[in-house]
Amino acid sequence: MTLDAWLKAAAEDAERRGLPGLKPLLETLARATAALRAADFNDRADQ
Amino acid sequence: MTTIEEFGRRLRARRTTSAQVTEECLQRIEADNPRLNAFIRVTADEAREQAREADREMAAGHDRGPLHGVPISIKDLLDIRGLPTTAASRVRDGHVAARDAAAIAHLRQAGAVFVGKTNLHEFAFGTTNEDSAFGPARNPHDPSRSPGGSSGGSAASVAAGMALATIGTDTGGSIRIPAAACGLVGLKPSFGEISIDGVVPLSRTMDHVGPLAQTVADACLVHHALLGDARAVLPAPMPLHGLRLAIPRRYFCDLLDPEVRARFDEAIDRLRAAGVHVDEIEIHHADAIATVYLHIVLSDAAAYHASTLDSMPERYTPNVRIRLEMGRYVLAEDYVRALAGREVLRREVDAALAQHDALVLPTMPIPAPPIGASTVQVGSATEPVRNVMLRLTQLFDVTGHPAIAMPTGRTTAGLPCGLQLVGCRMQTDALLRVALSCEPQITLGFPRSGNVGG
Repeated sequence: MTLDAWLKAAAEDAERRGLPGLKPLLETLARATAALRAADFNDRADQ
Repeated sequence: MTTIEEFGRRLRARRTTSAQVTEECLQRIEADNPRLNAFIRVTADEAREQAREADREMAAGHDRGPLHGVPISIKDLLDIRGLPTTAASRVRDGHVAARDAAAIAHLRQAGAVFVGKTNLHEFAFGTTNEDSAFGPARNPHDPSRSPGGSSGGSAASVAAGMALATIGTDTGGSIRIPAAACGLVGLKPSFGEISIDGVVPLSRTMDHVGPLAQTVADACLVHHALLGDARAVLPAPMPLHGLRLAIPRRYFCDLLDPEVRARFDEAIDRLRAAGVHVDEIEIHHADAIATVYLHIVLSDAAAYHASTLDSMPERYTPNVRIRLEMGRYVLAEDYVRALAGREVLRREVDAALAQHDALVLPTMPIPAPPIGASTVQVGSATEPVRNVMLRLTQLFDVTGHPAIAMPTGRTTAGLPCGLQLVGCRMQTDALLRVALSCEPQITLGFPRSGNVGG
């Protein structure tokens, strides 16, 4: 799942659950996850 | 307030009793707890009975060791049999602990007297102690400011002379951050060293139990009691001359309040002048610390809270509820990436310690922040309070290395500053020997907390 798709789905789910205050936190989490995925310690199947 | 060491000497010389010092603590609680909100529950009657029993035992020649008759406060995250463990949350209304947490059982065996259970950030999930079902605890040095968190009530209780020591927990810095904010010594032992059985979890892979006290020696004595080694004697300090310390300058010293930086640099100068060899090293993946920590703690906490988030969401404080909900959206693949990052960071800290006795770095980049502040000015930068407070401590919860926070002077406004020493995994005693030898240089010339406001 791409981060954009994840963030869109998560924000929609939070809205549906009546938690609009979660959206800015999910955006913060998305930035942190992007940094985690970009780290050089991650293994890749093609390398 | 007397230290545990001083009290022990006076007790064994029959110049004081447990009942006397316990009564002094209870009087301080009665006088100052309405102002500081350090305690959720005061167990005055039980404490008086425990103290009388400790005195009866001592008079009969039964000496349980250094914690015999010592009044101690307990973070309300650890079970004491017969009492509620609130975790500062309405979610746990009606809970009563059936048995002591393992750490509490060891303290009881060591003869400690429990004066009460202290306030905390709800479920230990925060650094300021503001989000508590019982209201915020306040800093004895300045009650308009946070005592740090999550063990904020614990730290406030010792700094204000309401107990000789306290037991906290540390998952991202929750012992060391309040120690820095309140001018105390706070020890996070090596991961797994002290049992977390009977402790409400935040992250079972990063939760640590440990002491906050007025001195390194006191922290050492309480630590050994927590281990079940009630009769331990203090280890010999490491010889100061020739000691090898390392500062991880990049990242850890990039974002510091100017006065915190000044106190840290002054302490390093004093250590160098005393013959300590201080190098600089680098933790190469330091920039990944916060994101690795975040993905682990959010996932672990969300797993524990999932059912109550669904069944009784209104019982959480709003801020803690919303951050716990965030954890329910972390993907499994990202959690696994964070675990890989943890291993990399662990190896890098191990490598940094291979040629050194300890790492040395500030504990918290800022002095205690005002209660209610969401951001804080650090030099020219404006940063979220929570991120800044966790910045220098969370790495060693991720990796499990033992770390001890020590006070190192005050700002011009009188707020404590702190630094921490970090040792090799499963070598907390070696770290304590380093801390014992460095303490006079680190705390040189500054009054001890333990009677603030008294």
